[in-house]
Amino acid sequence: MSKMYYRELYCGSPVRFWAGLALLGSIVAIGLGAAFYMEHNGHWVTGMSNQIVWGLPHVFAIFLIVAASGALNVASIGSVFGGPLYKPLGRYSSLLAIGLLAGGLTVLVLDLGRPDRLIVAMTQYNFKSIFAWNVILYTGFFAIVGIYLWTMIDRTVNKYYLTAGFAAFFWRIALTTGTGSIFGFLVAREAYDAAIMAPMFVIMSFSYGLAFFIVTLIAAYIWGDREIGDFRLAKLKNLLGVFVGAVLYFTLAYHLTNLYITQHHGVERFILLDGGIYTQMFWIGQIFIGSIVPLFLIYSPAFEKSRWAIVAASIAVLIGGFFQMYVIVIGGQAYPMTLFPGKEIVESGFFDGQVASYVPTFPEAALGVAGIAVALTMVAIGARLFKVFPETLEDHT
Amino acid sequence: MSNKCDQPNMNRRKLIGGAIAATGAMTIAPGVILHAASTTSEDSTGASSKHRWGMVIDSNKCAEGCSACVDACQSEHGLESHGRPETDAKWIRTVKLKDKATEHENRLVLMCQHCENPPCVDVCPTTASFKRADGIVLVDRHRCIGCRYCMMACPYKARSFVHETLSNQSINAPRGKGCVEACTLCVHRIDEGVMQTACQEACEKEGHAAILFGDLNDPNSEISKILKTSNSVQIRADLELNTGVRYLNL
Repeated sequence: MSKMYYRELYCGSPVRFWAGLALLGSIVAIGLGAAFYMEHNGHWVTGMSNQIVWGLPHVFAIFLIVAASGALNVASIGSVFGGPLYKPLGRYSSLLAIGLLAGGLTVLVLDLGRPDRLIVAMTQYNFKSIFAWNVILYTGFFAIVGIYLWTMIDRTVNKYYLTAGFAAFFWRIALTTGTGSIFGFLVAREAYDAAIMAPMFVIMSFSYGLAFFIVTLIAAYIWGDREIGDFRLAKLKNLLGVFVGAVLYFTLAYHLTNLYITQHHGVERFILLDGGIYTQMFWIGQIFIGSIVPLFLIYSPAFEKSRWAIVAASIAVLIGGFFQMYVIVIGGQAYPMTLFPGKEIVESGFFDGQVASYVPTFPEAALGVAGIAVALTMVAIGARLFKVFPETLEDHT
Repeated sequence: MSNKCDQPNMNRRKLIGGAIAATGAMTIAPGVILHAASTTSEDSTGASSKHRWGMVIDSNKCAEGCSACVDACQSEHGLESHGRPETDAKWIRTVKLKDKATEHENRLVLMCQHCENPPCVDVCPTTASFKRADGIVLVDRHRCIGCRYCMMACPYKARSFVHETLSNQSINAPRGKGCVEACTLCVHRIDEGVMQTACQEACEKEGHAAILFGDLNDPNSEISKILKTSNSVQIRADLELNTGVRYLNL
C-alpha cells in the first residue's frame, strides 16, 4: 500500500469554493434571522404551543446531534477496530462529527426560550438531569474529538492516537445514550419511558451518521476534483446496509413491546394506524423511504457498481431518519397523556385528552436547515484549513 | 503561483482563530458579569419543612359550568389571554371526565400537583425548577433557560411556557417571556401569612367549597383531618410522586 497524503480542500477555481461557502453562509444568515424573529416575538409565532413544546427545531437539532456521534464511527472503525480501509477517512469523520454537533447545538440553543442564558446552563448543573449531563457530554465531545483529530494530523502527538480514539469512541456511545435517555427517562408520556430509547438512538446514530458521511464525502470529492475508489465506497455502502437493518430491528422491538402492553395500545394505534400525518411519516417516511428503499439500493445486484445508488440510498436514510425523529419527538407529544386511566375526557380547559395539533412554520424550518448549513460550513472551513482529506481515495492507495 | 489555483494563505488561519476566540469571549463575558452581579445575599428565614402545603379537591363539589377558580387564578397572577388558547398560560384548568364503562361523570380542577418527588425538578438542567422546604414546587425565573424539558416531564401537563412579550404584570407573580411557569400554590399569600389560595377563595365565594388548602404536616389542620377520614386519591398514583394535591370522590 502506498503512502497516504492529505491535503487541504482546494477546488479547481477559488470561485467554486467561495461561492459554495457563500451559499452556506446565506442559509445560516436566514436561519439566524429566523431565530431572532422567533425570540423577539416569542414562541407564539411558531407552531409550538403548551401542548407541543418541542417542535421542528428540536427534530433538526436532535437529528444532527445523533448523526454527529454516528459520523465519528468511521474514525472509530479505523482506530479502535483497526480497519485499514477506514483509517484514511478518520480525519474527515472527526471533522464532520464536530461540525454536525455544532450545527445541532446551534439550533437547540437558538430555540431556547432564553438563549441569552446559555451561561446559566453551563455553570448551574442539576446532576439528576440528563439534559445537564448532555451539556457536559456535548462540550466534552468537542474537546475529545478535537484532540483525536489533532493526534491524527500532527505527527508529534500521533503516539496518543489510539488512546484518543478509544476515548472518543466511548464518549460518543455515552453521548448518544444521553440523547436517547432524554426520552427514555420521561415517565410522563407513553411514547417514551423506555430503556430501549438509549440503544435505539445509538444505532440510529450509526445509520444517520454514516449516511451523512457518505453523502458529504462524495460531495467534497466532487467539489475538490478528487477520486474515490469503488471498493472503498462499497465497504461503506455495505456497512450502511447493516446499520439500516439494525435500526429496523430496534424499531420492531420497541413497537412489539408496546403492542404487548395493553396500556400502550392507544399510542401504538396512534403511531401505526390512525395518527394521520404521524402514521404516514412512520410508514412512508421511516419504513419505506428510510429503510426499504435504501436496503433495495444497497443490496440489489443491479446497483452494485452504481455510485448514484449509494448516494441515493444515503439520502433516503437521512430523509427516513428525519421522519423517524419527527415521529418520535412530535408524534410522541401529540398523543395525549393518560391522566385518568379508564376515563374519557369530555371537556377540558387545556386540551387534555385531545391529539395536539402542530403545524411547523417557516422560521422553525429556516432555523433547522441553518443547523445543517452550520455543520457544512464548519466542515468546509475545517477541510480548507487542515489536512483532512486524502489527496486521493482510489482503491490502490 | 497564480490566484487561479486557489492556493492557501496561512494568515487566514490566524484571523479565523482570532475571530472564534473573540466571538467566544463576547458570548460568555456579559453572562458572567451579570451572573456575578445577581448573586447577592438576602436576609430571609425561608420556607420551613415543618409544613407541607397542599390541597384537597372534592370532585363532587366542583360545579358544572363554573370557572371561578380559573378566573381568580388568572387575575391573581396577571395571566392575560391573548386569544390563543394553545399558547396562553394556564395554571389551573377544569376537566370533565366520563367513566368509559359506567358513564359516571366527574368534574375537577387540575393544576401543579406539587409532588414530593417532582419529575420537573429531576429533569431541569439548571435547577431552575425547585421544591421549597414546605413542598411548594416553583420555577426560578432568573435561572430558567426555557428548554421546556420540565413540560415534557410533567405527568399533569401543569406547566405553561410564556410565548409572548409580557405587559401589565401582577406584583404577585413576576413572570418572564421565554420561561416556564405553573401554579405557585399562591406562594406570595403563604409568605405573607394568608392561608388561602386565590382559587379556594373564589370557589368558596361561589358557595361550592370544592377546594381546601392547608398544611399536610399538621395533624390538626382541616385538610389532614379530611384526608385521614375520607378516601382520597392522587392522580397518576402509579408514578409514586406523592402529590401535595389530593382528590375526593374521583
